[in-house]
Amino acid sequence: MEIYKQTNPATAVLDKTTPPIGYVHSIETFGSVDGPGIRYVLFLQGCRMRCQFCHNPDTWNTGVGDEMTADQILADAEKYKAFWGKQGGITTSGGEALLQIDFLIDLFKKAHAKGIRTCLDTCGQPFTRQQPWFDKFEELMRYTDISLVDIKQINPREHKRLTGWSNENIFDMLQYMLDHNKHVWIRHVLVPQRTDYDNQLIQIGNYIKTIAPIVDKVEVLPYHTMGVNKYEGLGLKYPLEGIEPPTAARVKNAEHLLHTADYQRYRDYPNYK
Amino acid sequence: MKQVETAAKENYWQGFVGGDWQDEIDVRDFIQRNLTQYDGDESFLEGPTEATTILNDKVMALKQAERDAGGVLDADTDVPATLTSHAAGYIDQDLEKIVGLQTDKPLKRAFMPFGGIRMADDALEAYGYTPDQKMDQVFTEWRKTHNQGVFDVYTPDMRKARHYKIVTGLPDAYGRGRIIPDLPRIALYGIDRLMADKVKDFNNTGDGEMTDAVLRLREQISEQYRALGNMKKMAALYGYDISKPAKTAQEAVQWLYFGYLAAIKTQNGAAMSVGRIDAFMDIYIQRDLDQGLITEKDAQELIDQFVMKLRLVRFIRTTDYNDLFSGDPIWATLSMAGVGMDGRHHVNKTSFRVLKTLDNMGAAPEPNITLLWDKRLPDGFKRYATAVSIDSSTIQYENDELMRNQWGTDYYGIACCVSAQPIADGVQFFGARANMAKAVLYAINGGVDEIGKKQVGPSTGAIASEYIDYDEFMDKFDKQLDWLADVYVNSLNAIHYMHDKYDYEAEELALKNSRLDYTFATGISGLSHATDSVSAIKYGHVKVIRDADGIAVDFKTDQDFPRYGNNDDRADDICKMLVKKLYNKMNTHHLYHDAKLSTSVLTITSNVVYGKNTGTTPNGRQAGEPFSPGANPAYGAEQNGALASLLSTAKIPYKYATDGISNTFGVTPRTLGNDVDSQKDSLVNMIDGYMENNGMHLNINVFNKDTLRDAQAHPEKYPTLTVRVSGYCVYFADLTKEQQDDVISRTFFESM
Repeated sequence: MEIYKQTNPATAVLDKTTPPIGYVHSIETFGSVDGPGIRYVLFLQGCRMRCQFCHNPDTWNTGVGDEMTADQILADAEKYKAFWGKQGGITTSGGEALLQIDFLIDLFKKAHAKGIRTCLDTCGQPFTRQQPWFDKFEELMRYTDISLVDIKQINPREHKRLTGWSNENIFDMLQYMLDHNKHVWIRHVLVPQRTDYDNQLIQIGNYIKTIAPIVDKVEVLPYHTMGVNKYEGLGLKYPLEGIEPPTAARVKNAEHLLHTADYQRYRDYPNYK
Repeated sequence: MKQVETAAKENYWQGFVGGDWQDEIDVRDFIQRNLTQYDGDESFLEGPTEATTILNDKVMALKQAERDAGGVLDADTDVPATLTSHAAGYIDQDLEKIVGLQTDKPLKRAFMPFGGIRMADDALEAYGYTPDQKMDQVFTEWRKTHNQGVFDVYTPDMRKARHYKIVTGLPDAYGRGRIIPDLPRIALYGIDRLMADKVKDFNNTGDGEMTDAVLRLREQISEQYRALGNMKKMAALYGYDISKPAKTAQEAVQWLYFGYLAAIKTQNGAAMSVGRIDAFMDIYIQRDLDQGLITEKDAQELIDQFVMKLRLVRFIRTTDYNDLFSGDPIWATLSMAGVGMDGRHHVNKTSFRVLKTLDNMGAAPEPNITLLWDKRLPDGFKRYATAVSIDSSTIQYENDELMRNQWGTDYYGIACCVSAQPIADGVQFFGARANMAKAVLYAINGGVDEIGKKQVGPSTGAIASEYIDYDEFMDKFDKQLDWLADVYVNSLNAIHYMHDKYDYEAEELALKNSRLDYTFATGISGLSHATDSVSAIKYGHVKVIRDADGIAVDFKTDQDFPRYGNNDDRADDICKMLVKKLYNKMNTHHLYHDAKLSTSVLTITSNVVYGKNTGTTPNGRQAGEPFSPGANPAYGAEQNGALASLLSTAKIPYKYATDGISNTFGVTPRTLGNDVDSQKDSLVNMIDGYMENNGMHLNINVFNKDTLRDAQAHPEKYPTLTVRVSGYCVYFADLTKEQQDDVISRTFFESM
């Protein structure tokens, strides 16, 4: 990142404490599908899941990427404040943002101090109630305005097959969010032959109803093939070879089964916060 | 505020709030006092009437026939166009609420030889017509044209700069255009009052001492006076008497359309703008609505049919011209909305009605709808406009506050693609553009053209070292730019002198004040490539690869270098420096008519032709590849997303480039949001943010590249697919294959 290269290392030495470093994969200044309004989206490096439909396999590795501090990110992000209107702000995505929770806390805390709205895009995979991680998560939630949480599969076994990990702790995270009134957008990536079966969709729909008080929006994200080139570039075999994006009819069907029309609170967002 | 009771004996002005506008010609004052703001949404709008739909079907069929005929349906060869050269023409007389065609038939192109007879002949031949020999003789032997005048005075240096295309598109053989007539004057005052005023101005010009300036102005006012008289005759051919003010909304729209018709019958200008008439028309429509004379349906019909007429305007042009400005544009730029000096927004119901025409009659590239955007415009209008953008990609957005402050008035319009002009008393001399990327190569090659291999610029000596030294480069670049500024500005001095003399726009200027402020427009093409090339030389350690003649034909950079389009000051400062540098150099020269210098970063579709004529540049752009359009970053340079790119463009200082800084923005619908509501929100926030950061102009295209590819393969499936190119709008099907490819290859912001 240019910002990093431009920082004068001399000033960093003056800092008494070393701020947590974020490992950044890339920055999108015009994110309009990653949370409310226009958002400055920080794609963080590192993810343990290996979702078959992942379109960002280049973000999997941890400990690589551009090293940036929260101050550097916010100084850059604030240049785009005029575009955010009443809803926009910053979103951290990935990769799996929660793998860099110390950095996230620093970033979101400082963002809130500047009046910048924060959004966490996560799969919830790192979630645990074990300490010291859980304390950190609770602190992070204090500075998080909204979270985007993927429900990839309802069934733990299927989830493991699709992503390499079970999903019990993901539902536990959503439980925590329900208990503490932390609002979320629920997203489901619709992949033919993987996540597009009516019985599963009905179950997901039923589950979402149980956490309805915190669900402001439910989105069906149709699987796309734009990530294929990245696999080739990384010399990886593409796991969904031959699977086409879902038809418009199947997307509609999923929206119906997930009752997306019932979760419209996001429409009141101009008064949000 | 007193209600106006009479204008002369009849009640033309009944119901209007009076003021200065009654005592002197002052359309702005009339609008300020009578404007009806509208803060609601689009729900009041009506669909087309049956008559409109029948007429529109006929127009669409004509358009298709024209496309099938290879671009021109019919053309005059032996009647030089004047206001009264043709009998009245109609689409279907009984159904037309607003009448008037350029010739006696729709889409029949007029013969306009005053710009240059060779161009007029070439244009005819390009479409298989045989030029008339007699006309050829008249305009070669007996009546001199603008083109002949210019070539009588050009210097060898100017011819060379033109030939090797470091300066391209000069209006030395076609109309310069870019004059916005103050059309509402006809409706508000009637022609007789305007003629009386011109007599007064004529009598007040000079103290009897016949200096060159006094002679010129007296002659021009005389011509304007005559043109006004001819406008009455032209209107009479259609059965209207426009000597007096309009009494109804229908008359008001018809009267001002006659003013526009006078312009397009006599000038084939590079931009024939309509101006800013939404609030004015709305006042007349609202008066009729209040009196119960018309319904909303009638109001919409007037606007639909007026806009339909703007869609029918045609000029016949040469293939060279079409290469530069593809898609048969005429730049009937129609500016709307904006905010007044007093802080009140000018959005009115007719602003909505104009947008509604795109729905009622389908998308079309003309008129070139331009929204003067300000954060304070009402939400309902912002959201409706962006919805239209998402549907049809036909709108451009310009920064009202920036322009209002620069030009000191809220009664300005857009005179071409992006150039602001005070409507009552401002005129712009259009000046095409100079190729900044080629100038970079001239600095490296010592003034030798990299394609023609002839000495064109000054012999500053080629850079001889293996790697380019930044200081040496800048020193040589400076000298090349000195030369370029000189030859460019002085070519334009010759052009505007001769244009005034041989192809004076009396019909348009008759509808403006007699004493005017002139702007001397120039332009820059290839700015992004020049910027990135200079950045490469400064930061990237550029190695030169030369051919057998010692001409630099390729470059290798050892290090990565910052590129314009990433909101990175290292590159963006270079961009600003280049604009200021050329501007300041041009400003050391004499400018015709004591005009004020302006420049633009705007290319229309000429970015393709400029690129074709420019060798490989140090930023990695290969020889012949198109430039990016207008002020857009080079294709592929942007790494941080759309907003970083926009903020780079927003840094180009408007006070140097008052002629406009164009950004053409392409985005897929899905990238804007997952549903229409959030897509509208995204666009509104994006435009607000861009303008707040002093961004000047934004073309917004919303579609998928796949749609464009499909439209290229199956044009019949997409007869009305429109795209915004730099500063105007075209039917995609009317672009050349090359330009279609260029549009497809442009950066489309896409989220994953």
